[in-house]
Amino acid sequence: MYFLRRIAFTLPLLLIISALAFAMVHAAPGGPFDRERVPASPEIERNLKAKYHLDEPLWRQYLRYLGDLAHGDFGPSLKYRNHTVNDVIAQALPVSLLLGSLALGFALGIGLPAGYLGAARQGQWQDFTSGFFSLLAVCVPGFVIAPLLVTLFALKWRLLPVALWESPFHAILPTVALGLFYAGKVARLLREGMLNTMQSEFITAARAKGLGENAILLKHAFRLAILPVVSYSGPMLADLLTGSFVIENFFQIPGLGVYFINSSINLDYPMTVGLALLYAGLLIALNLAVDFAYQLLDPRVKYE
Amino acid sequence: MFPTAPSSPRLEPSKRSEAGAPGRNLCCGLFLFLPLLCLLATACHPEPPPDLTIINGLEPESLDPAIITGQAEMRIVQGLFEGLTRLDPKTADPIPGLAEHWEISPDQCTYTFHLRTNLLWSTGEPITAADVLYSWIRVLDPATASDYAGQLFHLKNGEAFYAGKIKNPDLLGIHAPDPFTVRVELEEPTAFFLDLCAFSTLSVVPRQTIDRHGDAWLKTRPLPSSGPYELTAWRINDKIRLKKNPRYWDAAQTRSAIIDFLPVGSPNAALNLYERGQADIVWDKELVPTELLDVLLKRPDFHPFNYLGTYFFRFNVTRPPYTDPRVRQALALAIDKQRLVQRITRNGEPIASHFVPDGTARYTPPAGLGHDPARARKLLAEAGFPGGKGFPRGEYMFNAAAGGSAKMHEKIAVELQQMWRDELGIEIELRQLEWKVYLSAQSQLDYDLTRSSWVGDYNDPNTFLEMFTSDNGNNRTGWKNARYDGLIRSANRQTDPAAREKKFQEAELLLVRDELPIVPLFFNVGLNYYDPEKIQGIWPNMIDQHPLQFIRRKPEAGTRRQH
Repeated sequence: MYFLRRIAFTLPLLLIISALAFAMVHAAPGGPFDRERVPASPEIERNLKAKYHLDEPLWRQYLRYLGDLAHGDFGPSLKYRNHTVNDVIAQALPVSLLLGSLALGFALGIGLPAGYLGAARQGQWQDFTSGFFSLLAVCVPGFVIAPLLVTLFALKWRLLPVALWESPFHAILPTVALGLFYAGKVARLLREGMLNTMQSEFITAARAKGLGENAILLKHAFRLAILPVVSYSGPMLADLLTGSFVIENFFQIPGLGVYFINSSINLDYPMTVGLALLYAGLLIALNLAVDFAYQLLDPRVKYE
Repeated sequence: MFPTAPSSPRLEPSKRSEAGAPGRNLCCGLFLFLPLLCLLATACHPEPPPDLTIINGLEPESLDPAIITGQAEMRIVQGLFEGLTRLDPKTADPIPGLAEHWEISPDQCTYTFHLRTNLLWSTGEPITAADVLYSWIRVLDPATASDYAGQLFHLKNGEAFYAGKIKNPDLLGIHAPDPFTVRVELEEPTAFFLDLCAFSTLSVVPRQTIDRHGDAWLKTRPLPSSGPYELTAWRINDKIRLKKNPRYWDAAQTRSAIIDFLPVGSPNAALNLYERGQADIVWDKELVPTELLDVLLKRPDFHPFNYLGTYFFRFNVTRPPYTDPRVRQALALAIDKQRLVQRITRNGEPIASHFVPDGTARYTPPAGLGHDPARARKLLAEAGFPGGKGFPRGEYMFNAAAGGSAKMHEKIAVELQQMWRDELGIEIELRQLEWKVYLSAQSQLDYDLTRSSWVGDYNDPNTFLEMFTSDNGNNRTGWKNARYDGLIRSANRQTDPAAREKKFQEAELLLVRDELPIVPLFFNVGLNYYDPEKIQGIWPNMIDQHPLQFIRRKPEAGTRRQH
């Protein structure tokens, strides 16, 4: 019931987001057809605007947009005039999804063991090592990591390709560059969660029952300590799956991330609004999934 | 929205979840494994390797000849669609393309083009004069919304047709008396008309495909092309692949069978790809990492070249005190342009006292103002601001840019600001704007001074000088000068090249010596990189166009290194 209500709220929410995004991009100064070289006649710009209905009042344009949207049509791109926004999303989203999933796998694959180890060996060298590297991963931004990785693995040792998106080898460096931050974040969240949980009464009770330390950590503490990681996964996944401007730009990956930035700079109205909606929809869906996962993981959680 | 935990945690080893654990793990495993599978699947469709890989700048906005305006786009499109003329790969002068030869009437207003008789679309149908007519009328059709429709305003009634004042295309100055003849009538003698015929906007496009598919026509495969190459793949922001068109009339001379274009936005990525042998040619100066410029320029595979580009700034002559030509001259004379090119651009840019670059066809530009701080101070005093006293705070507007020139505009602005402060005692503030905002501020004359640059469309002084006529949309200074307009108009009516040049020179002197609505700073120098030992068929020329079909990698250069 609770989830049905949440899902029912999604539609009006998306509608509000679309209206806001639409109003905001149109309020930005300048226009999509402002160019360094003005066409030879003012007629040309007028024709361009008429072609894309930019000469109509804003509310009319918005209704037109909603009408197209109802048919699953995000409209034309004003920058890439041979493509529709649907074309761009259809080509770029799978790439970003793939890279994002790989980075997620990397983040969890590295972050969870590292965080677990840190908590299990609290105060020992394993804890310090994992703590140091996870802090480093969180602090060093992607635009430093990526060139560093490329310089070492692609240019110096020539083990991996420098850029492009062709074979599985091409995915390795961007996956690491993109996932490292999240791996650090996951490790820190899990370690903290574990340590907090370890102080709970039920852990003491479990210890009193004579359960082994490993069983306590793995079976009891971990299940509760993973919750912060799970709730962080929603936004993390939305970020990862929609692509990263820095990483995609640096590795020349044909994903969605670059369009988020470029479309707003280019005032490509339909593209900007379409991507905002896509991102919002994904975020809403993932938050919903996270809340659902909560219920499965933590028996104490009940939604009204 | 968030779960509320009960006040005291319970110990409850839930059976349900323990039983579900293997299933969950499997799910997780699959979820993580799936991407790898996808990746492997994509890797299992290897395309044949290209013969040549070119990094061309950003993803093209379009490949429709009627729509494109940028050089990156034109470089690809000129491989797909040819016009009546094409460019000589060495000099970039117009040479016969789809037209084998032509006659020009004595008044230079009528051109009769004779098409080759062996012309075929890449899909096998013949190319005829009707296709030329269709392509040109399509550019002038308001429904196409072509940015560069102005290139055809030289046609008789071209502008009137575009504006909708004439509806009947038969009244346009283009006719096809027979399938192999195109007769063109112009409004006035247009010395650069053959150059325009090689320009992408005027190239010949497939009528049937466009009629059938509308705006999506470029997505059809096979796409009929009239040029040396066919479009076989266009993946946005990923790759464009051209394959040799065996039905092209000059196919015997096409040197590379498959050419890949990579859209790259980051200078580092471009250089890295080139260094690892993944790209043969990088021909966009924006793709040279500026911090490495000094080192790279010493290498034999980095080639600086002059082209038709001028870096300058505009005055808003409608805003006092810039309404006074003496103020404008003073600001110009105070600038040490040598310092700009030595300290900031560092690519051997020649400093500019005039607007039209040296080396422009049919033209020798006259010298404008130089560097003379003493005279600058004198002029400023005459204008009522001795020692800069009472001079209102001005603003120098420039745009935020990505790529190689990101910081250049700002550095130049800071340097200019310093020179004006030191030499004239005036204070000019800096204002940086986003690209589109900057353009709109410029066209609305919402600025005092603004950074600008201009790259010629074709090799002729008109592409530079025409823009400062009173009604030209690219003027953007508020400067209107009847004498200047008259000179430009009269220059374009001359049939004698010497008389035409003289008129243009007179006009340019108004622009760069007497009136100064703009101040030229330096001429752009392009920079591309490729290994001359391996790559043949690229010659430097003033419009920086390099027909694709003449470029090849030397066979002895060996196979490309992978990864």
